[in-house]
Amino acid sequence: MRQELNLRGSQALLNRANPLSKFAAVFLITAVLALSIDWVSASVALVFELLLFPLAGLTLTLLWQRGWPLIIAAAIGGWSTSILAPDSGRTLIDVGIWTMSEGSLELGVGFMLRGLAIALPAVLLMSCTDPTDLADALAQKARLPHRFVLGTLAAMRLVGLMAEEWQAIGMARRARGVGSRGSVLQRVKATLGQSFGLLVQAIRRASRLAITMEARGFGGGPRTWARESTYSALDAWVLAGGVVMAAAAVVAAVALGTWNMVWLGS
Amino acid sequence: MTATSHHSTPVVARPAAISARGWGWRHAGRARPAVRALDLDIRPGERVLLLGPSGAGKSTLLHALAGVLGDVNDDGEAGDSDESGSLLVDGAYPREQRGRAGLMQQDPETQVVLSRVGDDVAFGAENLAVPRDAIWARVHEALDDVGLCHLPLDHPTSALSGGQKQRLALAGILAMRPGLILLDEPTANLDPAGVLEVRDAVARCLDKTGATLLVVEHRVSVWKDLVDRIVVLQPGSATDGAVLLDGPPDQVLADARAMLTAAGVWVPGYVPETRLRAGSPARGTGNLLIAAEKLAVSRERPRRSGFRKLPPVPVQEDIAAQVRAGQALTVTGPNGAGKSTFALTLAGLLEPVDGAVSATTDLSRGAGIDPYKWKAEQLIERIGTVFQEPEHQFVTGKVLDELLFGPRHLGHGKERVDELLERLRLTHLVDANPYTLSGGEKRRLSVATVLAAHPQVLVLDEPTFGQDANTWAELASFLSELLDAGTAVVSVTHDAEFTAALGGTELRLVPAEPVAP
Repeated sequence: MRQELNLRGSQALLNRANPLSKFAAVFLITAVLALSIDWVSASVALVFELLLFPLAGLTLTLLWQRGWPLIIAAAIGGWSTSILAPDSGRTLIDVGIWTMSEGSLELGVGFMLRGLAIALPAVLLMSCTDPTDLADALAQKARLPHRFVLGTLAAMRLVGLMAEEWQAIGMARRARGVGSRGSVLQRVKATLGQSFGLLVQAIRRASRLAITMEARGFGGGPRTWARESTYSALDAWVLAGGVVMAAAAVVAAVALGTWNMVWLGS
Repeated sequence: MTATSHHSTPVVARPAAISARGWGWRHAGRARPAVRALDLDIRPGERVLLLGPSGAGKSTLLHALAGVLGDVNDDGEAGDSDESGSLLVDGAYPREQRGRAGLMQQDPETQVVLSRVGDDVAFGAENLAVPRDAIWARVHEALDDVGLCHLPLDHPTSALSGGQKQRLALAGILAMRPGLILLDEPTANLDPAGVLEVRDAVARCLDKTGATLLVVEHRVSVWKDLVDRIVVLQPGSATDGAVLLDGPPDQVLADARAMLTAAGVWVPGYVPETRLRAGSPARGTGNLLIAAEKLAVSRERPRRSGFRKLPPVPVQEDIAAQVRAGQALTVTGPNGAGKSTFALTLAGLLEPVDGAVSATTDLSRGAGIDPYKWKAEQLIERIGTVFQEPEHQFVTGKVLDELLFGPRHLGHGKERVDELLERLRLTHLVDANPYTLSGGEKRRLSVATVLAAHPQVLVLDEPTFGQDANTWAELASFLSELLDAGTAVVSVTHDAEFTAALGGTELRLVPAEPVAP
């Protein structure tokens, strides 16, 4: 997990864009896709997104490794929509209570593509945004309070440590005779106990870290930033790209007559 | 701010003076003050080693000087805590002088704030609103001073060793240009190489900046030649002040040697006496209990890549070892060699990556050959493991319940518990919360809780880390008794004296790949 979050050495173009412009572009695309369930707008957006992946240093293998839960969720969502949605057109499969028709299949595929088209930009964004750069941008450009932003950033570093600590506490408890194997009830009890142990350690670590930060002058007063969060020409391109993708998806869907505003009903 | 002068001449901060007059502090929610009636003057540039038993308020004093003590609200009133007398740095309250003092604590993980080396060093200077260009000049200089300038600025801090993390923390402190450096057991969690690394970096930086130093540490020999004064604190009372002794190192160590060793301080040249083994059995005798063959170990679980499972890369391979009744096996070697990982695998807590850990029938008594597959109840009466961090193993809220926990699960009586309470001097603490004990008490308790289940094999991970000399000697003597009684003892340790005290076989592991300096 920590290795995957570490982007050092990645030279991908989109890494150099300001996190806020990337956020804005992704927001624009997902907002447009959230408006309509149809397969055309989703497919157009999806094709654009796949083309952009190399710019974020992503390959299909990496995408699968990082985003497989989302991809599977989208597939399951599409499958269940296609068998459960009201039928229309020719019936394709009929197994008792489950039927899949041309109409419901179209809806299901649209649902799956839309799920993917909305989820993948998030994977893309995470893949080409360093948490430290994001914090810089949020505090310096979006003017969020630096206490909150830097506190969160420092705490995030502890999350990786907590994963190691969780494993250590699990072993230490087994060495005391607390079994994490056995019946469901035993497992639940063991997990609760282990969580409490982790909570105690997390609070102790967090208070020591807070003292370290305070002793380094962290607090309410004015502060400077060693690295400036800047916008460049690249950010204009990122924003423009977001606008073009969103617009292309809408125009294609309207032109082919599949645009289907969610809240207006079908 | 010194925005214009930073490129040519490095600005060295003025060393700070400390003055305490009848100072005392009681933490919120505590009945007894942590420090009482402290009178102390430290001149600018002095280097002071602070000694004293646990509970003498050493850390409290350091926190106060760093301006991070207690819950003072915006009006300057302390919440539930209580301050008396005065404690001043350069004649002003420490809390009002951000950046005048830098504090390093014991746990390296919490001394690092950010995830890139450069950012972490810059953090303090940023908070003091130093202009951007000046910050980077300070960052480079500080990294140079602590000997980490070979690292790129975006090097991940998570990839550093414990000693490197502490040196990084020192760099972060130096970048603030403080007049006072406060070190609270900075090397207690480090291996011997890390201890020297940090000590030498501190020495270089003090020679350069001339800052005042206040260091708290049990191991006097590490700091003795670097300081020019030793102050021994005691828990203050109504009649006596908090300062017990104060003077040049050699004089204090000569005058108070007996008193300091009695208090568990590691005075230079002093190895506490420990119980000798009744008869040192020849190597290879004693019933074989566990055998490890061609063992490869790792803490990582198999990694999931999509649907595929990839076995982890072992941290150490091809280990062979035998654990025999009444015999000590010490596992030594530098950091990163996989010593603890090996011990945990041997103890049935981690699954071998390759090879096998096999229990003989003398140990398994029908539970099966592979300790990793044993149920927890089966494990604890066969192999007991004491972790480096005692707190990880606490499962109840009371010392007595901690001790009874194992026997209760096994359906045993409490005879052994009373004996352990007595032997490890925990009887007066039976009703205390385990988390509130001192470091030495926690260590003794964690050993006692594991032994309460009466295991035939005892595995200890760095049992002497950060322990005072008294706890150290007690532990070594107690283990030698256990060995004579036929228990097998496996310990992972950096401590050569401890290895010598236990005798037996030494298994030395070296890292698979060369470690970066």
